Parts: sequence; C-alpha cells; structure tokens
Amino acid sequence: MDCYLFIDFGSTYTKVTLVDIAKEEIVATAKSYTTVETDVTTGYNEASRKLFSKVGQEVNIVKKLACSSAAGGLKIVAIGLVPELTAEAAKRAAIGAGARVIKTYSHNLNSSELVEIKISNADMILLAGGTDGGNSDCIIHNAEMIAKHEIDIPVVVAGNKSCNDEITNIFGDTVEFYITENVMPSLNNINVVPARETIRNIFMKQIVHARGMENVEESISGILMPTPASVLKAAETLSLGTKDEEGIGDLAIVDIGGATTDIHSIGEGAPSKPGVFLRGLEEPVAKRTVEGDLGMRYSSTSVYEAAGNRMMKKYLNIDDYDLEEEFRKRNDNTSFLPENEKDIFFDEAMAKVCADISMKRHAGIVESVYSPLGTIHSQTGKDLMELPYIIGTGGVLVNSKEPANILEAVTFTIDDPESLKPRNPKFMIDKEYILSAMGLLAMVDKNMAVRMLKKYIVMCGGNTNGFEK
Amino acid sequence: MDKKTVVLGVIGSDCHAVGNKILDHSLTAAGFNVVNIGVLSPQEDFINAAIETNADAILVSSLYGHGEIDCRGMRDNCEEAGLKDILLYVGGNIVVGKQDWNEVHARFKDMGFDRVYPPGTSVETSIHDLREDLGN
Ligand code: B12
Repeated sequence: MDCYLFIDFGSTYTKVTLVDIAKEEIVATAKSYTTVETDVTTGYNEASRKLFSKVGQEVNIVKKLACSSAAGGLKIVAIGLVPELTAEAAKRAAIGAGARVIKTYSHNLNSSELVEIKISNADMILLAGGTDGGNSDCIIHNAEMIAKHEIDIPVVVAGNKSCNDEITNIFGDTVEFYITENVMPSLNNINVVPARETIRNIFMKQIVHARGMENVEESISGILMPTPASVLKAAETLSLGTKDEEGIGDLAIVDIGGATTDIHSIGEGAPSKPGVFLRGLEEPVAKRTVEGDLGMRYSSTSVYEAAGNRMMKKYLNIDDYDLEEEFRKRNDNTSFLPENEKDIFFDEAMAKVCADISMKRHAGIVESVYSPLGTIHSQTGKDLMELPYIIGTGGVLVNSKEPANILEAVTFTIDDPESLKPRNPKFMIDKEYILSAMGLLAMVDKNMAVRMLKKYIVMCGGNTNGFEK
Repeated sequence: MDKKTVVLGVIGSDCHAVGNKILDHSLTAAGFNVVNIGVLSPQEDFINAAIETNADAILVSSLYGHGEIDCRGMRDNCEEAGLKDILLYVGGNIVVGKQDWNEVHARFKDMGFDRVYPPGTSVETSIHDLREDLGN
C-alpha cells in the first residue's frame, strides 16, 4: 500500500498520521509525549513504532512531511512605523505565518530596543514601515540600527518598496536578509501572503538545522512549516477548495491547545448588515490570532486571570471547586489527564472560557454613532455574525464527548452586544486530529486534501434552527 | 516631478460621504496621490495615515456642524507625531448654522489650519491653493 506519512513535532506531543494514497483514507495515527527536554528523535521514533504496530501490513512510504512547533515554535520580532498600521500589518503577517510574535516595535528604534532584540532569541525579524512611496526615513533608520548592532538574525524586509535598494546597501554582507513585498502597500491595504511565504521558506531552510532536528531530517523529506501555518493551510484548503474540488465556504477553526488558543478564520468578514461603515486596517481573508494566555496546561493560571470568578461562574458551579488549586494543578503537571467526571467537567469549563475569550478577541466589533437621524454603525475587524461553520480541534475538543457544548461558547450573546461573533453556526469536529497533517497534504495534493478534509471533519451540532438539540 | 500626497477624510462622527467622493475624484484627476480615509475618521487616523504615506497635506472635511470640537488640538497632535510643517486644510460646513465667516475663519486659523474654507467652496479653488502651497 502506497502511503504518505505526516509528522507534527509539537511542544507536548509528536503526532504521526499515515494516509493511504489510493483509498484517500487515514490508515492510523499515533502520538508520543514529548517535552522540551526530550530529544525530538525519541518522540518521533516512539510514535512511529506505535503507528506501525497498529498497521500490520506492508507499507510503502512515498513521502514523509513534517510541521513543527517544537521548542516554542517559530519566534518573530515584528517592526513597523505606526503601531496601528504597518507595525500591526507586520504582526499579522508573522502570526499568519504560524509564528509567535515575541514583541512588536514601532517608529524609529533606539539602542536599548536593539539590545533587547539582539538577546531576544528570535528566529527572524520582520521589518516593515511606510506604504509604497510613503515614509522612508523610519525603515531606513531601523535597517541602519540593525546593521550597526550586528544583529545575527535573518531579516525579512517587507516595507516601502522605494527603500529596498538602500536597505540592500545598508545590510550588504553583514546582515542576512530577504526582500519581499510590502505588508501594507497602500494605506489600510494589507498584503500578508508574500511575507508569509518568505518566512515559511526561511523556516524550512533554517529551522531544520536547529535543536536536534538534524537527526530526524535525514529520514524525512522536509519540515515544511510551523504547525499553526499548517492548520491555517488546511482551513484555507477546506474553505476555498480548488478549481476541481468545491470548498465549504467561510469557516473558523478553534484550536485549544496546552499553551495557547488559536482562532483561524477564513472569510472576508464584510459587514453582514447594510449601512455599516468599515474602519481601520483591512483584514486578511485567512486570519489567525493566537492567545498566549489561554491554554489548558502551560497557561492555565493565566486563564483564571483572564476569566475571573464571574466568567468561571458562567460555565461552572464554582462552589464545587477550589478554583485556584484546580488551575495550579494543571499548570504544575502539564501532562495531567482528567479521568473522573469532576476533572473532565472542569477541563471542559476551562475550554469554554478559552473559546469564549479567544473568539471575542478574534472577531470584530461594531460601534454605534448617534446622530439626529438615528444610529449609524462603524465596524472594526471581521464581521463573523453569519459565519456558517466552526471547526473544533485540540486535545480537549477532540476527546470531548460533546464538543458542540464547548464550541457553543464562541457564539454571540446579548451580554456582549458590540461583538461580531458568530450567531448561529454549525459545529464540526476534527475527530481524528488531522488538521495539521491535512495542511501538509495540501502542499503535495490539494484536491486530495479537500476531499479528505470533507470526509474527516464531521458535523457535531449547532445551527439546528430550534428543532433538535 | 513626483506626485504630491494628500490625506483626505471626513472627521469625527460625520458620515456625509458625497463631498468626500467628489474631492477624491477631482484631486486624483488633478494629479495628486490621494489617500482617502473616508468618513467617520478620528484625528489619529488622519495623522497615522499622513505618517505612513509621508503626506504633504491633510484635507479635513466636516459637514455636520461639530467640526470645531473634532478639529481641536489637531495641529499640536501633528507636531507631537513628528509631522512638522504639514499643510492642514479644513472645509465643508465646519460650524453650526450661519455664523460670521470672518470669526469662524479666524478661530480655525488660530487652531493652526493653513487654509479654512466656507461652505460651497469649489474643488477648483482647493486644487489651485494646494498647487500654490506645495509649489507645483
Ligand atoms: C445629503 C445630506 C445628508 C445625508 C448624508 C448621506 C451621506 N452618507 O453622504 C444624511 C441624510 C445621512 C445626512 C445626515 C445628517 N445631516 Co446632512 N446634509 C446632507 C445635505 C443635504 C447634502 C450634503 C452633500 O452631499 N452635499 C454635496 C457635496 C458635493 O457637497 P459638500 O458635502 O458640501 O462638499 C463639497 C464642499 O463643501 C467642499 N468641501 C468639503 N469638505 C472640504 C474640505 C476641504 C479642505 C475643502 C477645500 C473643500 C471641502 O468640497 C466638496 C465637493 O464639492 C446637506 C445640505 C447641503 N445642501 O449641503 C446636509 C447638511 C450637511 N446636513 C446637516 C445635518 C445637521 C445633518 C444631521 C446632523 C441631521 C440632519 N439634520 O439631517 C445628520 C448627521 C449625520 C452624521 N452623523 O453625519 C446640516 C449641517 C448643518 C451645519 N453644519 O451646521 C446640513 C448643512 C443641512 C442643513 N442646512 O441643516 N445629511
């Protein structure tokens, strides 16, 4: 049997997925616990061993592809001019590339900021500033500062195109740099795809040489991208389809992990009601946001901080638990698996909090402007009110008996009237936990990825129009 | 010669869109690089846009009568943001009702606007003035 093998080097688990190419089926999946301390090779070998013990027949692996978020994932420093404009555009491009943005800087940088960047442990710098033909002083100043401080981190230059020649001269041989298209070519127009692709290419070239990856590198065909980028790719593929296979249209993915909660939305997010004016920076069609304070284990104590007792009460009878103790328990023991009813219930309540807050931060808002003629509205961010599909992934959702109950927490409620959260979506679940693998598959055979995503991402509730529950 | 860049928009909670569209069209046709931030725009949006695009002038429209409140402090905020000597124009129906124009004009001049236009100013006037002030 001819197969693809997909590997996901994660921060908690290394997951492997074996796909039968002819039947377009998942043959088997397996995972093995990995920690920051353990060698990635160990996790990979252990997971492969488990996988092949399940298969029990001759397998011919045609291609092995991997994505990785091991060792903290891809870390980027974003630099722009105005915080709400090019700095924000650079940050969005980096997040869309699957990175963790360590910090975003704006305006002319000073020496202490460069020292901070130098010791920041970043894998890349994304340097933006100015629209095409617009401001050039700032990006040139910042390029000069990077060169002067001999920053030994690859720089992706994605700013005012008129400055590219000068920046090439400034960097010369001292700084490793890659020039790509401006993240904000004209005011409020965002252009994140070229920067995203450039980042991915550098990641592919460089990250594999780091952190013990060289041992596994020989046996696989390549580490294509950071895991979140792979999930975003799967989301885009399922939503938009290809010219041969129809996609399912607008959707959002809710990925509740151990350290973060990610939301990926695919769709323009244009106002769903007439007479609403759009404000601010344009939104990318494929948008990812990542909440570093919302996660089931590594960031469980900050979930409590973000939620407070009032929100916990919404999802849990808080008198039944010693809240502080419950959150600490999960933070101290990141491999904790809930076994009894009470712990499972608590985990699911936590997941609801993560889903609730992360969607609130991801979705746009509409504000009312009062005039003697009545109210007019202005929208910032994406309108997801009429979004048809929400897809859940991540351990707590995949393992839940009733994932729809958790996903329900992302929907619009009247206590938050300004938020443009989905009103009445259908809920789907990544039951086999294969989204990241499907993002990798999309890189080799996009049509097959659309078909397999449609087969394996299954409906689990929501939008019942009041008939069934 | 390089095109001059002008930032255009309607300030505050003002949603009068027609004049803005006409100005955008006419200024573009007259050879300006127009960065139109549209209606319902707070001061910061004008200023941020001017910084990123390295604009030569900001053209503020106000039609609904609250222009004076919305424009207050704009020159200082520009200075603060490093937009030294940027040209500031304002026009539309910048105050409530019919007030003595000379007084209105003086008040907005005091606020740091380089040119202040009464209701019904033709586009040709503003294009002419821009060319004169920007030297092209
Ligand atoms: C259409 C209209 C509306 C529409 C707007 C639709 C839309 N989205 O565009 C609606 C019905 C929504 C509306 C609402 C209101 N409107 Co109204 N509206 C008008 C009206 C009839 C025409 C405006 C127009 O489009 N003119 C055509 C364009 C081409 O001209 P313009 O906008 O003046 O712009 C030109 C020039 O002024 C100049 N210019 C403009 N800005 C600048 C800037 C610079 C730097 C320069 C050089 C030149 C310049 O160039 C432009 C192009 O030629 C005017 C009355 C009038 N005849 O002007 C009232 C008027 C502007 N509205 C008025 C008012 C009070 C309101 C409301 C508060 C309530 C009300 N009573 O209707 C609300 C406010 C809503 C809000 N929050 O903004 C008043 C303002 C009074 C004042 N300033 O003291 C006016 C003058 C009517 C009046 N006489 O009472 N309005």
